[in-house]
Amino acid sequence: MALESRIPSGPIEKQWDAHRFNLKLVNPANKRKYHVIVVGTGLAGASAAASLADLGYHVTAFSYHESPRRAHSIAAQGGINAPKNYSNDGDSAWRLFYDTVKGGDYRAREANVYRLAQVSGNIIDQCVAQGVPFAREYGGLLDNRSFGGAQVSRTFYARGQTGQQLLLGAYSQLSRHIGAGTVKFHDRREMVELVLVSGRARGIVVRNLVTGALEKYSANAVILATGGYGNAFYLSTMAKASNATAIWRAHKKGAYFANACYTQIHPTCIPVSGDYQSKLTLMSESLRNDGRIWIPKKKDDSRSPEDIPEEERDYYLERLYPSFGNLVPRDVASRRAKEMCDKGLGVGPTKTAVYLDFKDAIDRNGKGWIEEKYGNLFDMYHEITGEDPYSTPMRIYPAVHYTMGGLWVDYNLMSTIPGMFVLGEANFSDHGANRLGASALMQGLADGYFIIPYTIGDYLATTTFDPVDESHVEFAGALEAAQGLTERLLAIQGSRTVDDFHRALGKTMWENVGMGRNKEGLKSAIDSIRKLRDEFWQDVRVVGSVNGLHNEVERAGRVVDFLELGEFMARDALHREESCGGHFREEHQTADGEALRNDKDFSYVAAWEFGGDGREPKLHKEPLTFEYVKPAQRSYK
Amino acid sequence: MNLTLEVWRQENSTTPGGFVTYTVRDISPDASFLEMLDVLNDDLVRKGEEPVAFDHDCREGICGSCGIMIDGRAHGPQKGVATCELRMRCFNDGDRIVVEPFRAKPFPVIRDLIVDRTSFDRIIQSGGFVSVKTGGAPDANAIPIAKNAVDEAFDAATCIGCGACVAACKNGSASLFVAAKVSHLALLPQGQAERDTRVVSMVAKMDLEGFGSCSNTYACEAECPKEISVSNIARMNREYLRFNLITQK
Ligand SMILES: Cc1cc2nc3c(=O)[nH]c(=O)nc-3n(C[C@H](O)[C@H](O)[C@H](O)COP(=O)(O)OP(=O)(O)OC[C@H]3O[C@@H](n4cnc5c(N)ncnc54)[C@H](O)[C@@H]3O)c2cc1C
Ligand code: FES
Repeated sequence: MALESRIPSGPIEKQWDAHRFNLKLVNPANKRKYHVIVVGTGLAGASAAASLADLGYHVTAFSYHESPRRAHSIAAQGGINAPKNYSNDGDSAWRLFYDTVKGGDYRAREANVYRLAQVSGNIIDQCVAQGVPFAREYGGLLDNRSFGGAQVSRTFYARGQTGQQLLLGAYSQLSRHIGAGTVKFHDRREMVELVLVSGRARGIVVRNLVTGALEKYSANAVILATGGYGNAFYLSTMAKASNATAIWRAHKKGAYFANACYTQIHPTCIPVSGDYQSKLTLMSESLRNDGRIWIPKKKDDSRSPEDIPEEERDYYLERLYPSFGNLVPRDVASRRAKEMCDKGLGVGPTKTAVYLDFKDAIDRNGKGWIEEKYGNLFDMYHEITGEDPYSTPMRIYPAVHYTMGGLWVDYNLMSTIPGMFVLGEANFSDHGANRLGASALMQGLADGYFIIPYTIGDYLATTTFDPVDESHVEFAGALEAAQGLTERLLAIQGSRTVDDFHRALGKTMWENVGMGRNKEGLKSAIDSIRKLRDEFWQDVRVVGSVNGLHNEVERAGRVVDFLELGEFMARDALHREESCGGHFREEHQTADGEALRNDKDFSYVAAWEFGGDGREPKLHKEPLTFEYVKPAQRSYK
Repeated sequence: MNLTLEVWRQENSTTPGGFVTYTVRDISPDASFLEMLDVLNDDLVRKGEEPVAFDHDCREGICGSCGIMIDGRAHGPQKGVATCELRMRCFNDGDRIVVEPFRAKPFPVIRDLIVDRTSFDRIIQSGGFVSVKTGGAPDANAIPIAKNAVDEAFDAATCIGCGACVAACKNGSASLFVAAKVSHLALLPQGQAERDTRVVSMVAKMDLEGFGSCSNTYACEAECPKEISVSNIARMNREYLRFNLITQK
């Protein structure tokens, strides 16, 4: 199948308006007759479900969480971008567009990014109207800050809890509809199968996580807003339950998966301290505004940091990047930290950490100033590590944080399966090979509030639907497949736990498909993941049964998918013989260790078609052309 | 650290539960309480036994999923943290710790330490929102809001909906939860149009769901991981009274 991106023609700033005008509309009286399923109620899904219900569609939403308010979006700290130019510092949709295309290392679709920049201002208006308490100045107007190295202040924030406040806003609108009966919400339900009838997405099968029962739901269209897949690495800043099951199983039913290898590794996280560790905690990027990153010049320096004199410290980011210093983009900061630790210069008990030191900032501005700005982060650090960052430097190390890849979608956010749309972190659009800070919240809400409400109408209005309900034979088939999988898992009765396998996968992924990748490492990762998968199917022990609530059964199903997705990510990384953004191939770097893109051969979206169990996927290329932002080597020197 | 745990086990909402004693060994004082339970569960799974079910997700104190009664205290002995943030260094080697679900009539046990808190969602559905459809919102800066008002609204809005306030209250009251939402919206100009109907519907729903009434013991504030102030309850009561005295003739 050829990829049809449906990018409208005409000047980029007029494309979305023209496209909206050309989209077919559904008659208001008919909207109620169309049933839309929304899987996932984080920022993207909750905003979509509420907005579609506002229009009058019949909406049913699902989440494996107990409540939409518990989605992983709740954890976002830093903020959300919008080029309102309230700061009068020269911001505009054009500038945000430019920054995002450049920040993504020229691997995103220009048309999508421009649209994102264009609608993002409306998001802020919408959220304020819902009662989102963004930070304000004394005059009562909204405050903005500069974030993630941006040269303008365009980030709206609600202390360190922006994601929480935005999600509670979207959740409140969804709740309004649930209360009114205009959205039906099913909690603690995990989508395990997508159902296709005559090639179109017509429903889903979900597992009721409380009773274990499988349930069937039919609809005219299905929206997946199920978040990112960073937990393929086991340890990440993602929530524990975040998983790839919905998108991976949809991929296996025909949805192309794009740019799977583009993973964002965030430079400032609390390092791993022991085997018991279950997840990694992000320390906001904003800390790099005032903290200085350094390591001892001498290997295995066992002195405590306070005893290491100034001239025996290497402030390596300041040394390598005199103009950006500690504020280089995430991918660069992460890679350099790894490089230093690989050279044996890391600090802390495990030697995989670098110092983030606030001493100079405290000397300059006083402890109170730091406390006011970063108090909650310092407390969090103290709580977790037991060390006081006011008197000793923090120890930080990069961690998996976000996945730019995801299911391929066209300009209408529709996947290669007609009638299945993908929103938020689950799709591949907009961020290219590296995401800028405060852009994921923006994208999820743009998709849900301002894009899908228009584009889904066109699909519904232009499609003739066969009458299909849950009694259709395809539903029975999907249900059987799901039932069969659980039974197979329970029957193995091996000797290793689900978690053992997940950790082993994570270790392979981190070592070979993490910050630095090379051909040999990727090939060996593919082999060892295949082996691990075979072992899993022979030797895993899943405790539980098909009925009732069993955490182990839930996890086993998710790990089955991660074990396939992990290999797939390695394949995508292996095929991309260049370095770009979060994808750093060690073979492709400049003399001073910077990412070296290959625009001639790799300026495309790699959209993979599932090739069958155990078989290689098939590559389809969507060429990327840059008419407005000319590709150049990113330089932060 | 080596510890003895008395853990509440209950297969589902219809079967009676009871305490089971377990021991866990070599726990790092840097581990979180949930990571300690992970170690216990790992042992159980290796023996082919059903692990202890508990709700959790973000493990950084923001999603509100986790919620365990630890030695009779919601989220354990440390002030201002959720169970997932509680570190084992708060305990001593050799301690015996009692681990139970949050108990309240409107929070039926689903399994072991997992309870059903969707009654909270139904309270929000009854009025915890500003009715604005997508599209058509005025510019975000059209209505200035005093910084202290927005800061106060934010303090109330940080509620994570974990249910600790209910579990800590001898009456099983949800007043702090409801008051936090009522305050958040009552303090903002955007919340004014529905100010009266909101408080009345939410309070009615809270009663209908079977939550008890508030008798001002302040146990809720003491156990709230976000340290939400009981002054919000006073505000909720004023809002309610305002409706009865002024609006309703
Ligand atoms: C610690 C942290 C901090 C961050 N900070 C920022 C920031 O400051 N600014 C920024 O812009 N971005 C930030 N991000 C990124 C951003 O938060 C996420 O990318 C974004 O919130 C994802 O939203 P979403 O709606 O796509 O998915 P999620 O919020 O992850 O929601 C997924 C939903 O899908 C449901 N679901 C998943 N699978 C299934 C299934 N099979 N069946 C049923 N339901 C399912 C879940 O229950 C949930 O409701 C941060 C991320 C992290 C990890
Ligand atoms: S797990 Fe999210 S608050 Fe504890």
